[in-house]
Amino acid sequence: MGEGFLGQAFVYLLAAVAAVPIAKRLGLGSVLGYLLAGVAIGPFGLHLAGDAGAVMHFAEFGVVMMLFLVGLELRPARLWAMRGPVLGAGGMQVGLTALAVAAIGLAFGFDWRMALAAGLILAMSSTAIALQILAERGLLKTGGGETTFAVLLFQDVSVIPILTVLPLLALAPAGAAGGAHAGGWIETLPPWAHALAVLGAVAIVVLGGRVLTRPVFRLVAGTHLREIFTATALLLVIAIALLMETVGLSPALGAFLGGVVLADSEFRHELEGDIEPFKGLLLGLFFLSVGAGIDFAQVAGAPLTVAGLVLLLVLVKAAVLAGLGLLARRPRTEILLTALVLSQGGEFAFVLLAFATQNGVLPAAEASLLVSVVALSMPVTPLLMMAYGRLADRLAGTDLPPEPDAVEPQGSVIIAGFGRFGQIVGRLLLAQGQPVTVLDHDMETIETLRRFGYRVFYGDATRLDLLQAAGAAEAALVVVATDAPETTLSIIHTVRRHFPQAQILARATDRTHAYAVLEAGADGMVRETFGSALELGVEALRRLGLPAYEAARVGRLFRRHDLRALHRLGAIRDDDGRYRLAVREAAEQLVGVLERDQVRGRIALDEGWDTRSLVEEVRRDAAERDKAG
Amino acid sequence: MPQRILVLLAHPARRRSRANAALTAAAAAVEGVRLHDLYEAYPDFLIDVEGEQALLLEHDVIVFQHPVYWYSSPAILKEWQDLVLEHGFAYGREGTALAGKTLLSAVTAGGTEEAYGPEGMNRHAITEFLRPFEATARLCRMRWLPPFILHGTHLLGPEALAERATDYAARLARLRDAVEA
Repeated sequence: MGEGFLGQAFVYLLAAVAAVPIAKRLGLGSVLGYLLAGVAIGPFGLHLAGDAGAVMHFAEFGVVMMLFLVGLELRPARLWAMRGPVLGAGGMQVGLTALAVAAIGLAFGFDWRMALAAGLILAMSSTAIALQILAERGLLKTGGGETTFAVLLFQDVSVIPILTVLPLLALAPAGAAGGAHAGGWIETLPPWAHALAVLGAVAIVVLGGRVLTRPVFRLVAGTHLREIFTATALLLVIAIALLMETVGLSPALGAFLGGVVLADSEFRHELEGDIEPFKGLLLGLFFLSVGAGIDFAQVAGAPLTVAGLVLLLVLVKAAVLAGLGLLARRPRTEILLTALVLSQGGEFAFVLLAFATQNGVLPAAEASLLVSVVALSMPVTPLLMMAYGRLADRLAGTDLPPEPDAVEPQGSVIIAGFGRFGQIVGRLLLAQGQPVTVLDHDMETIETLRRFGYRVFYGDATRLDLLQAAGAAEAALVVVATDAPETTLSIIHTVRRHFPQAQILARATDRTHAYAVLEAGADGMVRETFGSALELGVEALRRLGLPAYEAARVGRLFRRHDLRALHRLGAIRDDDGRYRLAVREAAEQLVGVLERDQVRGRIALDEGWDTRSLVEEVRRDAAERDKAG
Repeated sequence: MPQRILVLLAHPARRRSRANAALTAAAAAVEGVRLHDLYEAYPDFLIDVEGEQALLLEHDVIVFQHPVYWYSSPAILKEWQDLVLEHGFAYGREGTALAGKTLLSAVTAGGTEEAYGPEGMNRHAITEFLRPFEATARLCRMRWLPPFILHGTHLLGPEALAERATDYAARLARLRDAVEA
């Protein structure tokens, strides 16, 4: 395997690295990029890919992981909140599209089972393409965007029942066709024992997920070894998949279930972060092998048929969505957006087509034709979206009343580091009813906070994927309250670079660090000990006999002068753009500060309510009057 | 030459403000008007005297815009007067920095004009309650204008409020163009 394996890995990775960035740059999205790369290395391209079928079998595990992640995202509360549009728009879209496609299949003279299977498969749209387009155009929070999201959510969930239903539509018994899901010993059991085994396996996933995973993850997290946490996450998914396969259920279904069970866990973000790259790579590999597997001889043999089918698919899907939108009396621009953005076949279609072929639902020739049709329907969407802009403008002109403005969600806050410092920040925000997401890597802190109902997540906040999972892309504010100065800087760099919309407030250790923090891109910072030391100084003045209000005022004035000096000096940079004084002050910090206090500090402190000049003037006037009189 | 206008806004709870919010928005839209929100600038009441005096020197017309609280202004405007209008700067033999400038009070009151009438609950008109400000203007050798008064804000409908806000903006524009003597 050695050289052959490395050679193949090289070919696949090179194809992905070369094609995906180009496709993204062209606005075609990564799914298309992978497909194109697959075509390029496939038998109809450079002929570099070896056994694409074998690769695909391996890569299918990416689908299992994708469903695990879909499950993780599906907090029951969120699903419940969206139940209306999900069941309404989503259910109708999948149901009606499946029926429409099936009807067309019947009209072409196919068996009803094949037609229905094709309908269910083609009802799926591409989450990757649709969400990416909406995100790029900032349309996610519009009415059309939310409907699109609801439909995609329903499609994601409906994959599970479709996977269950498809084998029932088989024309021939599945046994001969690979039978990846036909377990061995389980078939020998009597039906009642079989049913019991299935129920037992589901119970293991649900109960195990609820009861066992948390202590295990806590234990693993306690080792502070990131790779062991990753290994545990992978182990969990693979174990579920194996268990499901043993009892003859779909591994994808099991993984999905496992994901839902863990959706409320404090390890959700960390799990997401750990599984995500594997899922991404394996799914990429999956799309690559789909691309390599496209039968261009078939396409070339009947180009008009393929083109016609692609057009028909896009038309039917868009028409169903447009009809639903008109029925629900949605604004016309919204209908247009939803109809266009969901008009392509989805990545789940490839999964389902592979599954359907294995189970003898669809003959290989028809399945590969549909793979080509779905793949070719994908690049149509970006093209349609180019027209959307102009069409929407024209529609908006005739639309009365116009689409209401998107309701912006209240700015969310992420607090990285929830030790002595972050806790106070968090408590204040929560007391004002401002929800915060907390990231910390200390298990004891997390345990305590969870008991009080905080949203706390375990993980290393310097990691981009964890920040992403915590919602940094939508956050209005990121508070960096970590202990270690270097960690703080690293988080600021990451947030500034990847989430430019978020404001950053940081905890600085001292003056030198304060400059570094500002240079790293923080919008504001507070030196961690400054405020409390000042408070103690004020208290000292009070005990020495200064009236309370005066002491407090002196303290505040001192604070103002110190902050001004800090910012004034911070603005001075040398030729390299570095904070020159910051560097110098590291050496002679205290001396410089004390000197400045002496020069400017005392005299400038306070002149409020000073009546000396008035008293003098009045006395002078009186004296002059006396002299005159 | 257009007059430079400085509006000193004093409202401690901007989020609960309706009438002042409307007036502020209207004023902000007038070209040549500088808005200065005192509670926003000094959440700790620590007024920057030098900065405030410099700001006064840069403008020709000073507007005190605030709701009427206990027949006077919210606390920060009093603090501002106590500290910024120093002897030797604003008044006294040498205190001529503000001489010749104009002072306008723009106030909102919950009570109706009747409530501020001779038969009303408050007995005196708002202009009477604003006498301390008028006297301040005189001591600082400033010109005191008839105040802009928005009565009965609790009962004012959105249309009426918008109309009065437009009046306010128009008055500021006239002051800027020195049309209003």
